[in-house]
Amino acid sequence: MQAKQSVNDFVIKFANVNGTGSASANSMFAKAIFRMGIPVSPRNIFPSNIQGMPTWYEVRVSQDGYLGRRGGIDIMVCVNPQSIKRDVAEVESGGYFIYDSTKPLDLRLIREDVNYFGIPFTDICLREYTDARQRLLFKNVIYVGALSALLNIDFNVLKDLVADQFKGKEKLITPNIYALELGYQYAVTHFECPIGIHLERGHKLAKHIEDFDNILMDGNTAAALGAVYAGATVAAWYPITPSTSVVDAFDKYCRRLRIDPGTGKKNYAIIQAEDELSALGMVIGANWNGARAFTATSGPGVSLMSEFLGLAYFAEVPTVLIDVQRAGPSTGMPTRTQQSDVLMAAYASHGDTKHVLLFPATPAECFSMTVEAFDLAERLQTPIIIMSDLDLGMNEWMSPPLEFDGDFKYDRGKVLSAADLDGMEERFGRYKDVDGDGITYRTYPGVHPDKGAYFTRGTSRDEYAAYTEDGDEYVRNMDRLLRKFETAKSLVPEPKIKQSEMETRYGAVFFGTTASPAYEAIEILEKEGIDLDTLRIRSFPFNHEVEQFIREHDRIFVIEQNRDGQMRRLLLNETSVPAKEKLIPILEYNGLPVTARKIAGMIRNYVTHGNVTPLTRRSATEEISA
Amino acid sequence: MTFVKPAFRHPDAPLNELGRSRQDYEGGLSTLCAGCGHDSVSAAIIDACFELNIEPHKVAKLSGIGCSSKTPAYFLSGSHSFNSVHGRMPSVATGANLANRDLIYIGISGDGDTASIGLGQFAHVVRRNLNMTYIVENNGCYGLTKGQDSATMDTGSPNKKGDINMYSPIDLARLAIEIGATFVGRSFSGDKQQLIPLIKAAISHRGFALLDVVSPCVTFNNHSESTKSYEYMRGANTDMPVDFVPMRQEITATYDSGATCEVCMHDGSVVRLYKQDNDYDIEDRQSALEATNHYAKEGKILTGLLYIQRDSEELHDVLGTARRPLNSMTEQQLCPGPRFLDSINAGLR
Repeated sequence: MQAKQSVNDFVIKFANVNGTGSASANSMFAKAIFRMGIPVSPRNIFPSNIQGMPTWYEVRVSQDGYLGRRGGIDIMVCVNPQSIKRDVAEVESGGYFIYDSTKPLDLRLIREDVNYFGIPFTDICLREYTDARQRLLFKNVIYVGALSALLNIDFNVLKDLVADQFKGKEKLITPNIYALELGYQYAVTHFECPIGIHLERGHKLAKHIEDFDNILMDGNTAAALGAVYAGATVAAWYPITPSTSVVDAFDKYCRRLRIDPGTGKKNYAIIQAEDELSALGMVIGANWNGARAFTATSGPGVSLMSEFLGLAYFAEVPTVLIDVQRAGPSTGMPTRTQQSDVLMAAYASHGDTKHVLLFPATPAECFSMTVEAFDLAERLQTPIIIMSDLDLGMNEWMSPPLEFDGDFKYDRGKVLSAADLDGMEERFGRYKDVDGDGITYRTYPGVHPDKGAYFTRGTSRDEYAAYTEDGDEYVRNMDRLLRKFETAKSLVPEPKIKQSEMETRYGAVFFGTTASPAYEAIEILEKEGIDLDTLRIRSFPFNHEVEQFIREHDRIFVIEQNRDGQMRRLLLNETSVPAKEKLIPILEYNGLPVTARKIAGMIRNYVTHGNVTPLTRRSATEEISA
Repeated sequence: MTFVKPAFRHPDAPLNELGRSRQDYEGGLSTLCAGCGHDSVSAAIIDACFELNIEPHKVAKLSGIGCSSKTPAYFLSGSHSFNSVHGRMPSVATGANLANRDLIYIGISGDGDTASIGLGQFAHVVRRNLNMTYIVENNGCYGLTKGQDSATMDTGSPNKKGDINMYSPIDLARLAIEIGATFVGRSFSGDKQQLIPLIKAAISHRGFALLDVVSPCVTFNNHSESTKSYEYMRGANTDMPVDFVPMRQEITATYDSGATCEVCMHDGSVVRLYKQDNDYDIEDRQSALEATNHYAKEGKILTGLLYIQRDSEELHDVLGTARRPLNSMTEQQLCPGPRFLDSINAGLR
């Protein structure tokens, strides 16, 4: 049997029982590889449950710096007998299966083409510890220690991580390091270490990681920090997976940064609302009154918030909403990822509505786009929805460091002060398009004793905010809102375009967490002679660059993680695409982050079986069929 | 607006301490049905704010949807107003109050807006003790959709078509007392003498103040059998007259001490109540519930200040927010700047 061999390039998966403390051990494993300067991307694949159910942790190690899921498992670390059957089956031929050998392995689980490494984790724990809780927790640390030997993880890095983890609880450091050593010693004594797949520090420079200045961070924490930097003072929310950690992190940073040292009082307010409707109502009330406010939720919450999104759109109240998408519809798969809120978010609410969407693809973008969202919301006086997802929000991603320009100044949009009102000769009209960009001037309540008061309403109104059922006034207002949406095109983040080295008339469009595996898939295909230009959408409304990209290519693969090709439909709706056939849906919607192999396979399949002419001037078909 | 109010002002119209006349507290012309109880409530709000010397721009008016929720357009035109969505005014008011604790928040709602679609938000704004005045213009029916029964309609009370309501009513005042409201009053739109001082006391109260005001719907629910009609209310109303003495004013009058109860409010104002029943302690929840229940059993509706908790922690106290309004914080105060970000990045490597 051929055992797989590779350096700094593999996929390892841990099969655990949830609620047993495996998450922190697994996270330490990934961070150790990261600290060795080797690109790594870990992912939790967890159940909607607190204790006792199977849970997995998949870690991609990629010398080249690919951060999306690759597909396939090279090494399985199985510490959960519940899922062992499917875990064995999932290992690729030539791969490795590390398991608890306290009890002999069922013969039916032995595959000829897999390398087995049995380590008696339970036995070691029973021997070493008397306390049941310790036996459970240290088992995780022991397998990390064993992997340190098997995969050649720098043991000193692990020791440092333990010290970091237990800062303030120093008495736990020695026992944890001892547990690491137990695993390490067992592995070096019983196996030839390292195994064929392993790590090497400074092996060669990663292709996509220019210098190793990266950070390891989850998108929700980054978005929360963005809200702090943007000066958000009010957060109202309702707990929902996978967005909960956004407000948790906002709370954490505010406790650190926003308590007045003199009075001990808070320069912020966080309310856990009774539901998502109320959460968004509070955000709208606070923004109306001149504070920057936001909420974070997931699809089911956005459904409930649709009513208020319509109000904020029509009454023109700035609003920031972070949607950490999960698999729908309805309760769907609450702990699985998807990009399936695109259409709902774009058009949320009854009547003619359109909302500005931002699509971050990295934690650095979760941070920068959240900062930007507050400016956009106030400049455009409309809801801004940040479309994150579970994969980006809850998993740790290698990301460029967070950046913040020291000269950056908040743009609070068109707000009239008391002095502005005093200086005005004409009558203040809240909905009067003075500048022709569709954006009108607003005032904060209480600003002036006699001027600037107006009536905010979800009903139709004239330019002076008075109720009207006059059809012409209504149409004028609706058209102005459309003009404002047009203005938004010049303000929202522009797409990222990458041209193929070969001239090609074919392109790929994607957004958010689909970007990493898509870029990798494009490189896989390039080697096969299938060349594609790419465009990563970063916002809606689509600006002229998106239009142009579509115009300039004959076939465009729209890669996304939902069933119905929602971004494709939005593109068909909101750009001047001449024909439906031009946009080819490439879809994955099983709730796990889409893999590079899957994307490459679907595009390849289309090219080879789709009865289309070769995508480049090269004769691609021969190479592919070979 | 098709109708415009005359700008004429009587030269001898009295001015308040701010030099403003009552007219400065008015709003647009009402488009409600002639005789609607809600217009009396609007007038009472105007009187209360005028007499309390409130600067109109320091008030924020909020409402939901329905006839009642239209009324903020008919008073205090110098105030900002937010006519939000059906049953959701409490959340908008909460956000607004969090942003600027220095304004006076007056919420106007109806029985449909509060007791049906908005019951959830109502319950939670009560729990949070948001510093606001919440007035329910309660007529037992949905006026704007032509008279359907609402959740406050009494069991056995017929609607205009003659259908008898067989569902159990929600008594908002009692509910609010149960779930922790710190100021609960009930009144009748036809009783200005009681309503104006009650509104003043509600505005002066620090925390959540509910006023459940029976305000008859002249078009759909004012027939003689209705328990929300003018006629019925005039018969059933067991009123406890209320006086409100603003802070700094000397209390001059003396009353029969037996049935009088004076409550000194947070800002030093005094609210005085003339009780029907001497054993009733308006600072005791249980006593308040028993009193309203006692009169209800006799087919009477007890009105006045039903319950007050003088000192309570309003939402900002609970949250520990800064005394300065959050909407006045500057970028320098709020943004940690690039150097802190360096330390964040360093901690993530």
